[in-house]
Amino acid sequence: MTTATPERTRRRVRVPHKGAILALFLPFGILFALFYLVPIGYAVWQSLLVVQRDGTFGQASLVFGGLSQYVLVFQSEAFWTSVVRMLVFGIVQVPIMLGLALLFALLLDSPLVRGRRFFRLAYFVPYAVPGVIAAIMWGSLLSPNLSPFTAITQNIDFLGADLVLWSIANVVTWVYAGYNMLIIYSSLLSIPTEIYEAARLDGAGQFRIAWSIKIPLVRPAIILTAVFSIIGTLQLLAEPQVFRSFSSAVTSTFTPNMTVIATAAIPNTNLAAAFSVVLALTTFVLSFGFLKYMQRKDKQS
Amino acid sequence: MTALSPVGTRIREPLVPRISAMLVMSVFTVYFLLPLWWLLVASSKDTGDILTTNPLWFADFSLFQNIGDLFAYRDGIYLRWLLNSVLYAGLGGAVATLLAAMAGYALAKYRFPGREFLFNVVLGGVLVPTTALALPLFLLFSQVQLTNTFWAIFLPSIVSPFGVYLARIFAAQSVPDELLEASRLDGAGEVRTFFTVSVRLMTPALVTIFLFQFVAIWNNFFLPLIMLRSEELFPVIFGLYNWNTQLNQIPELRSFVLVGSLVSVIPLIVTFLLLQRFWRNGLGAGALK
Repeated sequence: MTTATPERTRRRVRVPHKGAILALFLPFGILFALFYLVPIGYAVWQSLLVVQRDGTFGQASLVFGGLSQYVLVFQSEAFWTSVVRMLVFGIVQVPIMLGLALLFALLLDSPLVRGRRFFRLAYFVPYAVPGVIAAIMWGSLLSPNLSPFTAITQNIDFLGADLVLWSIANVVTWVYAGYNMLIIYSSLLSIPTEIYEAARLDGAGQFRIAWSIKIPLVRPAIILTAVFSIIGTLQLLAEPQVFRSFSSAVTSTFTPNMTVIATAAIPNTNLAAAFSVVLALTTFVLSFGFLKYMQRKDKQS
Repeated sequence: MTALSPVGTRIREPLVPRISAMLVMSVFTVYFLLPLWWLLVASSKDTGDILTTNPLWFADFSLFQNIGDLFAYRDGIYLRWLLNSVLYAGLGGAVATLLAAMAGYALAKYRFPGREFLFNVVLGGVLVPTTALALPLFLLFSQVQLTNTFWAIFLPSIVSPFGVYLARIFAAQSVPDELLEASRLDGAGEVRTFFTVSVRLMTPALVTIFLFQFVAIWNNFFLPLIMLRSEELFPVIFGLYNWNTQLNQIPELRSFVLVGSLVSVIPLIVTFLLLQRFWRNGLGAGALK
């Protein structure tokens, strides 16, 4: 460890404990730069290159192509189909999951439910199950060939083209509903109970207390879970990838990330890099936009 | 069952809401626990019994026999995967926690120009989906011949911007400036003070960071999918995925996939249950943002 002497640093802006700050921050800082900032920069750079050949069979070389990969991204039907598919998925699945999480959290926080500790744990346990394993379990349960519940699965084709998206939505809901419940619940616990004791004495029922007092107070927690869920939805990969073993309706370009992998495997890494950049930006704009929109609504009311 | 607080009993809630609330909670308990119960039951059966006997109750109980077969299959490749996961997630999680604690502490306890800028850059890192990094990481690693090595999974795993964010909040809350002043008067160096005094005060936060990073690495799918070719480097989740894709060609793998899934999930569930009080604080901190 080095500690800069005051005399030497006084000439510039004097920062006390400069050596300690560097020693503590740099190990993380360097690795963060190497494995976060450099890859992002590299992806952007790669997405600006195109392969050029001298004639049909000539040597291939990478040259700067400006935004031509991005033109291809916007023309790629497979990519946008997968993005729209995930948007539809998110518009349905995120409100259902967060609605359930909010309902569970409110019930746990109300005096209506006994055995809170048990329910809290039972609902949270799926979060400890990795997405791959959850998809293997649900895939086995829903598949007409493998499921033990043949009476149901042979009549309803959960893994067919019509329903498979919602079967995947079920896996995601199963894993994350309890986790989101806990985030909302811990924010409910931080509200001082005196606030609703008065309302209770005035004769307000639990439903009314939940609707008019609790939900407005936990809005920040709900917004946080919504932002994380939007990010998660667009990044979906493991669950649909596993479902490919159970269902032929899941194509190799079912979600945006699967499209990235399929494109990189061709191999067309420059186009795949452009997909990654557009996907990251779309995710950022959507989650950030949602956050700002909710904040503005908060200010208005 | 927990007793009601005196506040809650002051006014008795009507019967109908109470019953319907319990009904909702019970139905969803079945939804959340039934798949895991089925996995346990199915793992305890011979391959032939899985589809022919009651799916939700035990036939002849051969769980330990099945686990033995799983561990013996192809010279214990499953155990190898399990060990890999423990290394990636255990060691990676520990290093990530230490680095995040140091950085978060530096951002919380010292004033220096550019501090807010650095913190905002790190926060931006929290918002970058890790899947957006996987492809460029692969391209970079293939330039230095690091794909399909231990390091391809390990190195990206030891960086946790979310950990830095949590560590900064906890360091600001739990390490008093007076204590650092006292330590300075005693003549202890800054870094030494961090390791001897501050780390202890931050322990609950560190457990939380470790747990979240451990789970993130253990569950990681994209990185192994894109980086690894050699089976002996697979983490257990990816190995199971790989077996699952071969079910159509090698049907006897089905029993191994189920038992293997059960075995890989149990350590995570147990860890979560044991360390409850730590991560619940962490969740609260995340929600304060």
